[in-house]
Amino acid sequence: MSSHQISVTINGEEHTREVEARLLLVHFIREELGLTGTHIGCDTTSCGACTVLLNGVPAKSCTVFAVAADGAEVTTVEGLGNGGLHPVQQGFTEKHGLQCGFCTPGMMLTSKALLEENPDPSEAEIRWGISGNLCRCTGYVNIVRAVQRASELMKENSDG
Amino acid sequence: MAECRGLGHSVQRKEDARFIRGQGRYIDDVKLPGMLYLDIARSPYAHAKITKIHEDTAMAVDGVAAVITGKTLEGFKLAWMPTLMSDQQMVLPVDTVKYQAQEVAAIVATSRYAAADGAAALEVDYDPLPVVVDPHEALKPGATKVRDDKESNHIFHWEHGDADGTDAALAGCDTVVEQKMHLPRIHVASIETCGCVASWNPVEGHLTLYLTTQAPHAIRTVVALVTAHLGLAEHKIRVISPDIGGGFGGKVPVYPGYVLATAASVVTGKPVKWIEDRSENLQADSFARDYHITATLGSKKGKVAALKLDTVADHGYSDAAANPSKFPAGLYHIATGSYDLENAHVSVDGVYTNKPPGGIAYRCSFRVTEAVHAIERMVDLLARENGEDPADFRLRNFIKPEQFPYTSALGWEYDSGNYGAALEKAMDMIGYQDLRAEQAEKRARGELMGIGISSFTEIVGAGPSKTFDILGIKMFDSAEIRIHPTGKAIARFGTKSQGQGHETTYAQIIAEELGIPPEDIQVEEGDTDTAPYGLGTYASRSTPTAGAAASIASRKIREKGRKIAAHLLEADEADLVWEQGRFYVKGSPDRAKTIQDIAFAAYTNHPQGLEAGLEAISYYDPPNLTFPFGSYICCVDIDRGTGQVRIRRFVAVDDCGVRINPMIVDGQIHGGLTMGIAPALLEEISYDADGNITGGNFMEYLVPTAMETPHWELGETVTPSPHHPIGAKGVGESATVGAPPAVVNAVVDALWHLGVRHMEIPMTPARVWNVLNEHGVAATR
Repeated sequence: MSSHQISVTINGEEHTREVEARLLLVHFIREELGLTGTHIGCDTTSCGACTVLLNGVPAKSCTVFAVAADGAEVTTVEGLGNGGLHPVQQGFTEKHGLQCGFCTPGMMLTSKALLEENPDPSEAEIRWGISGNLCRCTGYVNIVRAVQRASELMKENSDG
Repeated sequence: MAECRGLGHSVQRKEDARFIRGQGRYIDDVKLPGMLYLDIARSPYAHAKITKIHEDTAMAVDGVAAVITGKTLEGFKLAWMPTLMSDQQMVLPVDTVKYQAQEVAAIVATSRYAAADGAAALEVDYDPLPVVVDPHEALKPGATKVRDDKESNHIFHWEHGDADGTDAALAGCDTVVEQKMHLPRIHVASIETCGCVASWNPVEGHLTLYLTTQAPHAIRTVVALVTAHLGLAEHKIRVISPDIGGGFGGKVPVYPGYVLATAASVVTGKPVKWIEDRSENLQADSFARDYHITATLGSKKGKVAALKLDTVADHGYSDAAANPSKFPAGLYHIATGSYDLENAHVSVDGVYTNKPPGGIAYRCSFRVTEAVHAIERMVDLLARENGEDPADFRLRNFIKPEQFPYTSALGWEYDSGNYGAALEKAMDMIGYQDLRAEQAEKRARGELMGIGISSFTEIVGAGPSKTFDILGIKMFDSAEIRIHPTGKAIARFGTKSQGQGHETTYAQIIAEELGIPPEDIQVEEGDTDTAPYGLGTYASRSTPTAGAAASIASRKIREKGRKIAAHLLEADEADLVWEQGRFYVKGSPDRAKTIQDIAFAAYTNHPQGLEAGLEAISYYDPPNLTFPFGSYICCVDIDRGTGQVRIRRFVAVDDCGVRINPMIVDGQIHGGLTMGIAPALLEEISYDADGNITGGNFMEYLVPTAMETPHWELGETVTPSPHHPIGAKGVGESATVGAPPAVVNAVVDALWHLGVRHMEIPMTPARVWNVLNEHGVAATR
């Protein structure tokens, strides 16, 4: 098994490691770096629990090789908020957008990317935007409300 | 007085602070020094004799430390383990595999990847055997026998009710409908799969098991019982259930992987982690449903009179159902539902097939969904056979409010209900008559629109110990509350949240009873070394049992607090009046001591003759189950070109008694509804004739996304439980139980004028399109 040296910037901090070619990005994040907020739900790119932002774009890190992220900027749930709470985290809390919390990190990162691209999405646009992330607990209604609330908070922040 | 935010307040959840920061601690986040990883090699065949396992092929892989086979386990008398239903299932096969994806060998290695490499490299020789997948075929004489240790494939016959009386009543009915229906195998598919970390300390003879379990205490006892011959004992076993990423019943059983990780830790002397992947989760963990029901319902002069259900239950190769011991078919005999009828009989025959063992619940209290599906489909059919609107027919035939407590024909005593109020509210919310008018117009234009009702009654909160036990352990549950000197508290419970928000709702119950705000109460569950014994969280039992225990323990603390307050106020106990958070002297409301004052005094100035400290424990044995109910109305449009069923509106009126945290209750109902429409429209695990699984991954097993899930519209009525200390019932599963027949009834309603009388589930576009095509209404170019 060939190994490669990679440098990945995760939540603003650069990490250089020697990794096997087959190591998945999600395992690099969880096992090598100990950032366990990124979860694994299916291994088949179906559930989105492992969603991170790869150069700002949501990516399911269970089907990205760590070597493919060489030189990339990755944001995980631990990088949301910068000490305080990101509006998406605030929205999910206020609107009860989570129950067991397992899909939540991936769901929040997808929502963040959605709102950065479309600051004022309709309900239909939110539903389409999060449709790559499965949640078994909430029935999505409160996740939609959480994203709407995050949208309001982001607008308030940018107005302020 | 500061508002203490007890019952009825949508308090934001205490647990969210860690979850939204990615700081939850789930099973795969547990990492111990020197930990090894376990992977499992699985059978490609549904039925085969294992002729040889070439262990050397796995051992040759870099990093592989051990290979465990059935023969290894047989040496420790661990190759088989008992199920909760007095059956047994294999941990690993000694000679024969009984279903596709069954565990064949465990590979232990220094890394997750090496363990997977070892499992992939392991060569196993098989001689395939004949396979039986259809339970009806399995019951025929000469059928392939699934179990070598049993005489036939027939596991059990269970029946309840008056068979002769029901037959006689049906014969006397003027209108009788009969319908066969299959509730297919489905899987809870929590987004977190199952797993464990077993850590054996040979010096101390102590085992720590981090485990995805909904019932940590029961697991500890089971482990102690099945390993006693190896020298393990219950005081040396600590089960820790960390944050759980969804349970829904799937994390109640003991799976072979848990036993294997434990055995591997004992063998290697190191901690061993096993985390199943999604395919293993869907293909080998306990399934739900798989009931083949023949239902008959009759009425006389428009009054529902008699119900009969005959059922074949496909249990796979072992009866590994997670039911209370005396109930091989769970609480299926809630089947008379919301209706006042005098005669009923239900029977279930359990059957072995070459499929994974089960079944467990899918967010449901022991086979209640199967029962509700049957009665709600049949009532709809019977209404129409009587020429009456299904809503009117239900309203006339409901058990009336003044009939509670109501004893059903199958012997349950329903605690409280007001079924008509819930249905009428749902009809108002959705605009039932307007929808009927719209439907008539659309039908005239050839468009397919349907309206379906389900008015369910659930049975949750097992249970009274006179009837309910698991392996002999009575189904009480517990709360232990300790008030610290500064008036803050810690409360521990025998249950285990999997996302339901116990840390918040339990704190609110204590807040209501003692006047201590929820944020001053630390709630803990899931560590058997610290929490009091309880049976765990499933079957919507946490609020009915442990929630009640929280009330009772709080009231014990309050009564001790009264003695302390009397001492502090130099007043007679009988002269003290409690109002939330304080005692005051009758007639002198300014002469008062708060619960915080009392707590401080309990440690600093307790009255002579009274023990210091302020704590209490309650093991609550409920006098009855609770019977939540509701009425759901679903409106669907069917695409004639694709067969796609689109849920346009779905109104859910739930009555779960007194609501502790309305925000959390609504969230539970949203999630339950989504897991209700899932089997109606999308989810199924099926097998081909050779026993090959279909639907064994998330590309084939279709869990609803935000696109298929409608915007749920909720309503409520509140009919308190008369026997629960705060009048609450369970709510986590009501919607999953109630929703499926509403969707089926809506689709059948849309197609009724074409002669369609029934739809099997899941009502996939292909299945619906075929029905449209058969009736000549499928749109084609």
